[in-house]
Order: sequence, then structure tokens, then C-alpha cells
Amino acid sequence: MITIPYLTALTTYFSYGLLFAFGQFRDFFRKIFDWWNSSNRQGYAPICLGNEDFYTRRLYLRIQDCFGRPISSAPDAWFDVVERYSNDHNKTLKRTDKVKHCLNLGSYNYLGFAAADEYCTPRAIESLKLFSPSTSSARADGGTTALHKELEEYVANFVGKPAAIVFGMGYVTNSAIIPVLIGKGGLIISDSLNHSSIINGARGSGATIRVFQHNTPSHLENVLREQIAEGQPRTHRPWKKIIVVVEGIYSMEGELCKLPEVVSICKKYKAYVYLDEAHSIGAVGRTGRGVCELLAVDTADVDVMMGTFTKSFGSCGGYIAGSKELIQFLKYACPAHLYGTSISPPAAQQIISAIKVILGEDGSSRGAQKLARIRENSNFFRSELQKMGFEVLGDNDSPIMPIMLYNPSKIPAFSRECLKQNVAVVTVGFPATPLLLGRARICISASHSREDLINALEVISKVGDLVGIKYFPAEPKKEHREDGTIKLD
Amino acid sequence: MPYRGKALLADSERGKGRNPVGIRFFFSVDPITLIASRTSIRFAQQALILLKRLCPWAKTSNSLGGVVLTRAVASHAAQLGILNTMASAVMNILQAAVDWMTFAFDAPSARAVVFGVPIGGHLFVEGLLLVVILYLLSQKSYKPPKKPLSKKEIDELCDEWTPEPLIPPLTKEMQREPPVLESAARPHTTIDGQEVVNFASANYLGLIGHQKLLDSCTSAMETYGVGSCGPRSFYGTIDVHLDCEARIAKFLGTPDSILYSYGLSTVFSAIPAFCKKGDIIIVDEGVHWGIQNGLYLSRSTIVYFKHNDMASLQSKLEKITLENKRAKKMRRYIMIEAVYQNSGQIAPLDDIIRLKEKYLFRVLVDESNSFGVLGRSGKGLAEYHGIPIEKIDIVTAAMGHALAAEGGFCTGNARIIDHQRLSSSAYVFSASLPPYLASAAISAIDVLEENPSLITKLKENIAVLWAGLSDLQGLEIASNPHSPIVFLRLKNSTGSFKSDLQLLEDIADRVLKEDSVFVVTSKRSILDKCPLPVGIKLFISAAHSESDLLKASEALKRVAASTFPNCG
Ligand SMILES: Cc1ncc(COP(=O)(O)O)c(C=O)c1O
Ligand SMILES: Cc1ncc(COP(=O)(O)O)c(C=O)c1O
Repeated sequence: MITIPYLTALTTYFSYGLLFAFGQFRDFFRKIFDWWNSSNRQGYAPICLGNEDFYTRRLYLRIQDCFGRPISSAPDAWFDVVERYSNDHNKTLKRTDKVKHCLNLGSYNYLGFAAADEYCTPRAIESLKLFSPSTSSARADGGTTALHKELEEYVANFVGKPAAIVFGMGYVTNSAIIPVLIGKGGLIISDSLNHSSIINGARGSGATIRVFQHNTPSHLENVLREQIAEGQPRTHRPWKKIIVVVEGIYSMEGELCKLPEVVSICKKYKAYVYLDEAHSIGAVGRTGRGVCELLAVDTADVDVMMGTFTKSFGSCGGYIAGSKELIQFLKYACPAHLYGTSISPPAAQQIISAIKVILGEDGSSRGAQKLARIRENSNFFRSELQKMGFEVLGDNDSPIMPIMLYNPSKIPAFSRECLKQNVAVVTVGFPATPLLLGRARICISASHSREDLINALEVISKVGDLVGIKYFPAEPKKEHREDGTIKLD
Repeated sequence: MPYRGKALLADSERGKGRNPVGIRFFFSVDPITLIASRTSIRFAQQALILLKRLCPWAKTSNSLGGVVLTRAVASHAAQLGILNTMASAVMNILQAAVDWMTFAFDAPSARAVVFGVPIGGHLFVEGLLLVVILYLLSQKSYKPPKKPLSKKEIDELCDEWTPEPLIPPLTKEMQREPPVLESAARPHTTIDGQEVVNFASANYLGLIGHQKLLDSCTSAMETYGVGSCGPRSFYGTIDVHLDCEARIAKFLGTPDSILYSYGLSTVFSAIPAFCKKGDIIIVDEGVHWGIQNGLYLSRSTIVYFKHNDMASLQSKLEKITLENKRAKKMRRYIMIEAVYQNSGQIAPLDDIIRLKEKYLFRVLVDESNSFGVLGRSGKGLAEYHGIPIEKIDIVTAAMGHALAAEGGFCTGNARIIDHQRLSSSAYVFSASLPPYLASAAISAIDVLEENPSLITKLKENIAVLWAGLSDLQGLEIASNPHSPIVFLRLKNSTGSFKSDLQLLEDIADRVLKEDSVFVVTSKRSILDKCPLPVGIKLFISAAHSESDLLKASEALKRVAASTFPNCG
């Protein structure tokens, strides 16, 4: 629940209104111009429909320099951002050879495995020599190497499930698994802010999809009761099965899933729980085992545990962990296992090595230190930001902290000003977030030192003053906010 | 809620939820819609229109309209629950209006002649009608009483409900485990400690284990680490990605290209970026699952044509263009695979381009198994058919095959590529390709460009294997003689998909065990809708030696002969 001051809401609407009106105005003249030229291919409907890419042409292009900034080094605590310039009012951006050395507050490098690592990288390179970068074959054909087997054992053990299966991409993991588990006559109840890959998988499954309010177990219960009582639409047959899909940490909100409540509700109503731990595995919990460990949920109560290796492990791919039977079935039925190229062997080795480091099996305490660091760093940074008067979303212990910006004009302003002072942040606006709720998103890493964070806080504070996003000046007064605010979901 | 205001206003003796069927017959169509209509404001407006039609006298209708409107306003106000007190005032007004009406009906004008038309009891009947309408308006529209379930009933339903298990019970065929490779998936690899000849990897150019690729991967890993730790728009764009995109575009001679982090996701994300509900896609029935999934996700109208059958394609094109008047306004696509993974057939692009230009469709080609393979310099299907690549609107390909890297790309004109950068979900919402794989892909294209002999060697190898497999017992080659996938299918199907597959798997297992030749059968996921027959697939590589190929053909011949002793 985000509360947004009336004035801010008004100015934000106004800004978008202005952008929209101006965009329409330009489109109008562009249409006349195009009509004169009639450059479009005759007889074909336009490949990008006018309204579809209105947002791109008229809003995104103005601020596209804030997105997709190329880097020329590993996405470690500090990295080199390639400078770009534009000769056509930001329509196209050209790379230069110049780079800017910046503090990285954007990458999902929670445990600091993104850069070359003393333990992981030599092993990954070794496996590269042994197994090459690719097997050029699907897991079910000739793409299963000894390394893949080992990886699956390590993952199952790390996650705390009897078995696991790995895929070459996290997105595909979700979008190819969900249709295997459920189809017509089934019901998927999905958190309203679930990741696109989950939505994609749910849509591809043919099952009915219902949404519950973001991270609100009571609403989940209502939806479950209502749906079980009502059954399938029109026929009112009972549902074949119900799968509730939640994420461990929501990547745009920084919130932890209310997993204990969700699990107990699902147990009560016999729904299956599908937990996507893309951002939480490795990043939270005493030994990095994700939200189940952090929130003391027995992994046996979560039917399907999904996660990705692109974040904490600094690799690529995704996994599903579950019962032996589930995994066996997926190996038989899942198209990503049957048709997709198997995960690159060096990437698999990187994951194995990272898990070994996290568990201390490398013979050092680096893993424990990393876990302690990410937690300390996140909580320090979050509390400092809050003290400064920023509106920060998310829960303690979560390494993701969105700072609310609201106004569309503040999105590029914040991003550009921070970059000027060598701090690289991620900003997100419509359509990735609701129209009003543009934000900057900070991702803290275990590889950030305390000085890095203090430096970053100084910059963000300065820029925050400049851009005017300290919505709770000094000490936030709760009563003060109550009357002049709109409540948003 | 919507009837709160009405209850306040309605006559006290009004029956609840009575079915006014009898009166429906009395009226013609309009009053029935009136009765059915639920919103009081709409009631009022329609009544007004009806009244205007019934009563040509401006004065009467106006004042009556006024009554209706007052009612509407009042009921609305009361509905909103703002002005409960106003309701009584409105009732007074209503009363006054009704009084006035009675007076009007009794008036001598009832026998008047207006513009030469004697109206007789006309006015009276109309007035009566009006009263009935007003009466009906004040009634609840008929609806079967809907009682929400009580908490207890829902509890019981929830208790009673038993879900199906998450997965069906495991059967024997689900337990099959693929062989585990103990070394790189090169033409010679190790399984169970034994060296085998590998025909299971789509390593067409033999680049797995190529020193140049290994070197570039190593140096990329040292500089960039393994993963990119972010999606492309959030600092996941590494300069090698941009270089790789430029390299692919330069190699193919297209304006631009876009990298995806996984081969399978390329096509199933690119299709929904361009095809939406209402668009038409004509597609070969033999396409692989990635394409099928993309088509399903796009929610477009999908029309299948017979596998690689141009007459079928033409008739479908003809039919759609003729049948669908709106076809000109929709986006229309033909979706094909260059080399079909499910059959080893090669699409006749020249015919398809001719048809596409005749019927004004766009063409999407998946070149996963033809990029780096077909054509003089390995540029794929367009080069193979001697057609400029601009004629193909969208090309997608996996880099996990000939390029021996991973990931995929899409290439086409700048507009098409730029659109995907914001609208293609697997590109936007997924971490980017690990930089070392992008770097491997660049090196692979370099190697390919420097050594066109690889393609010649591959062609020769395919020909050698074809010659060796010419007289197999019980099996026949179903693939195109130029396809790097040699596809063997049963001459006589056993009649069931399952037992066909079992038979083929037994052959593959025996060939592996007895002759150390690793071949695979085509797999079908439960989600895969491909209707083509299953078969044994051999992925030929330029790095296979002649003796490897002979060994494979001898092994297959031997096992086939013992499996199908009676077949010719
Ligand atoms: C007549 C006309 N209208 C409008 C525009 C601006 O269009 P856009 O905003 O797409 O650059 C141009 C620019 O080329 C133009 O020539
Ligand atoms: C919740 C969630 N699931 C899945 C994914 C996709 O993972 P990958 O980047 O490995 O494709 C992401 C990535 O952002 C994610 O946040």
C-alpha cells in the first residue's frame, strides 16, 4: 500500500497529460507528413500499430538514455558505464569510447558473484575447457553432462527439496513449467504483481487465472473460497486443481512474501503453492536459502520451488525444486527440458561453485561473510534512506529498495543527476509500474563496502533535494499524512 | 443498491418481484426492453422517447417527460444516499403531477379533433399506457432470487473439494533418463566411460571445443564474470552484447539484430511482440514447440497449412483473403521454419516469397537449424534460395546450434528490432545473455566467415551419410538431402504414436550400447501439438570424419535389419 500526496498525484497526472497531449499533437502532424510521403508499404497493415508504440515514440524516447546503459566491465560494486550521445534529440543513441566509473546500485549482484571470483571463476574456466560453452543439444537428447547432474543435486540440497531440475533461462523456467503442471479446468491464483514470466506461463497454460491483491493473504483466502464454491466458469464443475503463485521477494517493491500465511491458507484450501524465489534465493536467510529459511517455512509445504541463477549466483538459468516424482514428470513433459539447449556448462559450474562458497564448502568463511554483509548493507542503506525522508518501499532484510519518485519528469532527472555524480541507479516508470508510481530501485550487493554506501547516500541525498523527492521531510509524521493522501494499491 | 431510491418512491401497494408477463403481450417491443432495463436513468430516457412517440402534443409529453425526469433525478439522488429528505418532497411533486394528469385526461379535449383527426379515446388509452409504464417502471425487473451462499455452505464446499494431484501418476515411459556425457559434446564424446560418436548435438560446424571460441570465452569470463546480473535495460547491456548484435547484422546483411538470452525464448517472445488478437498467422503444421507457444501466446488467429505443402499454403492464403473482408486491415504473417526440427525438411522459400508478395503477407522464418548451415556462406535459407534477405521480414535463430554458443537472436529492419526492445517480454524481463556466450557467438561467426570450407565439409558429410543410409530396412529418410538433420522415420507405423516412439527408442538405445553411436529420437512434450510422425534424428557435423559417418550408417543398418527382419 503506497500513500501518495494529493499534490503529487495531481502534478504527476498533469505531467503525463502534458506528455500525452504533446505526443498526440506531434503524431497528428506526423500523420499529415506521412500522408504526404506515403512511405508505408502499400497493402500491409503497419507492423507496429500507431497506438501500440505511442508510448515508445513520445514518452520513452525522451528519456531512453536512462535505460539500457551499456557497461564495459563486470557488473560488480563499481563498473564502467559507457557514455552515449545523441544527435537527434535522443531518438538514437551512439556509443562512445569513453566510460564513466560508477558505483553500481542497479545490478542484481546480491552476493557479489557477478565479477570474477577467486573461487568460482577458475573453476568455471576449467569446466569451459572440459565441456565447452555449449552442448548444442537439449537436456533430454545429448545435453546432459555430468556437470548438469551435479548441479541438480547441489540445487536440490541447497534449496531443501528432494530433487531439482535446471533450465537455461529463468524466464523459460516459469513460462514452460506452469503449462505442464496445469491446464484447462485448473485455476491459477496469482499475486497481482507477479513477474512477466509467470504471467506468460499462466497464459500459456490455458488455465483460468485469478489475481489476488498484492501480498494480501486475506484477499487470497477470499478468492480461494469464492472460487472453490463457484467452481469453473459456466459449467460450475469443481476445479481440477488450484495453484497459487507467489514470489519470494517482489522485484519492483522490495517486499518479502507473506509466505507463512500464504502457505497455511493454501494448506487449508488444498491449493498447491508455487514459489518463485528469483530474487530471494541466495540473498536472504541465515544460510542464503531464501524466504523459506528467513520466514521459517518448511520447504515441504511449498510444492513447487522455482528460482533463478541470474541474481545471487551471478550466472544464468533457472531451477525447479520439488518432490522426486514432480521432477521426474517434468523431465518427461517439460518442453524446455526436451527442446531447449541445456544450460551452458561453465554457467552450471559457476552455480555449483557459488553454492559451495555460500555453504562454506570451499573451506573459507567467505560465504557467511557475504550473507552477513548483504543483510547489514541492506538494512543500513534502507534505514539511512528513510531517515533522509525518502519514501522507501519494501521490508527489512530485502536487498531491493525502491525510492518513490512519482513524477515522470523526476525519473530521468534522478537517474541523470545520479549518473553525473558517478552513481548508477535504475529508474522505472510506466508501464513497468502503475502510471503514478514511478520509482528508482536500489539493489544492494554484498560487494559494496561501507564507504561505497555512505558515498552513495550522500549523492542520493543531494540529488533527492535537487529533484524534490524527500516526501517525508525530517521525521515522518503519521497523523499528518492521513488526511491529505490518496490510498493506492 | 440501485433499487433503494425506487423503493422510496414507489407506490406502497407494489408487489415484489412480480413477473409482468401478461403485460408484456399487451405492449410491443419497446416496453419489454423497458421492463428488462435495470438502470433507472436509462428507464427514464427511454420512457421519454417512447412518450414522445406516443403523444404528439408537445405540452403533455413535456410535462410527462418532466415527471419522468424528476423521478429519475430523485431516484438517482436517493440512490446515492445523499438526499434522503428530498425524497419526500419529490413524492409530493409526483403526486401533484399525477393529479394534473388525471385532470388532463378528463378534459374536454378528449373528444377533440386535431388537424382533422378525431382523437376520441386516444388520449385516454395513451394515458393509461403511460400509467402502466410508470407502474412497471416502479417494479423490480424480474430476476430469480439469488441468495449468496452462507459462510457455512462455502466452508462445506471447501471441505468437500478434493484437487487432482499436481502431477499424474508416473508411468514407465516417464522414467527414461538420457545418457550422461562425461566430456564435451564433440563428435566424439564419453558416455559411461566409453567413447561414442555423437550425433545428438546440433554442432553443425564442429565449433564445440574450437580453440578460438574457448579463448574468447575465457577472456570474457575474466573481464565480465559469468552472468550479467541484470536485464538489458538495467545495466545488463554489456558492450559485447552490442558488438554481437552488430556482428550478426553485418554477417547477414540486415540493418540490425537483437540478442535473446535463450534460444527457445527468442521465437516465443518475438511472435507475440508483433502479433496480437485479430491478426492472422498462417503457419506450417510441423513447427516446433517454441513457435507453437509463441502463436498461442499471441492470441492471433492461427491457420495451419500442410507440412511444407505449397498448394495447401496457397489455398489457405486464397481462402483467408477472399473470406475475410477485413483481412487488408489486419497484420498477416506466414510463419515457417527454415529447416524443420520435426522432420528435417527445408522450406521452399522461393515459392513462399512469391505467394507472400501476391497475397501481401509478411514472412517470419525461424532459422535455428539453418543459420550457419544453408547457403554458400552459411547465411541461411535466403542465401540457399538466392533470395535477398530483405524479403524475409523477421528472422529468428538460436545460437546454441551451429554457433555452439547459447541464446538466440532476431534480425530484421531497425523498426522491427527497436520494437522488440520494449515489447518483447523475454527480452525485457529477463537477464541478458552471459557475456562470454555473446563473445563466443562473435568468435563463431568469425570462424565461419574465415572458413567457408566448414560448410562444404558439412554438405559432404550429409551426402556421405545419405549414401550410407540409402537401403535401411524398415526405416526411411524423411529429411531434405541438404538438411543437417537427417531424419529417419518408420516405413510402416505400428499405428500408435507411443509404440512407434518406443520402437525407435529401442533402436537408438541399441545403437548406442552395441555400436557406440549416439543418436536420438524426436521427443514430444505433452504440450507439443505437432502432428508429424516421430523419428530418429542424426545431427551431422562438419567435424564428423568419414569413418564416423560410416560407423553410424553401418550400426543403424545392422540394428534396423535385426529389428525389422521382414521389411524390404
Ligand atoms: C511534418 C513533421 N511533423 C512532425 C515531425 C516530428 O515527428 P517526430 O516527433 O516523429 O520526429 C516531423 C519530423 O520529422 C515532421 O517533419
Ligand atoms: C520473479 C522473477 N522470475 C523470473 C525471472 C526471470 O529470470 P531470468 O532473468 O533468469 O530469465 C525474474 C527476472 O527478473 C524474476 O524477477
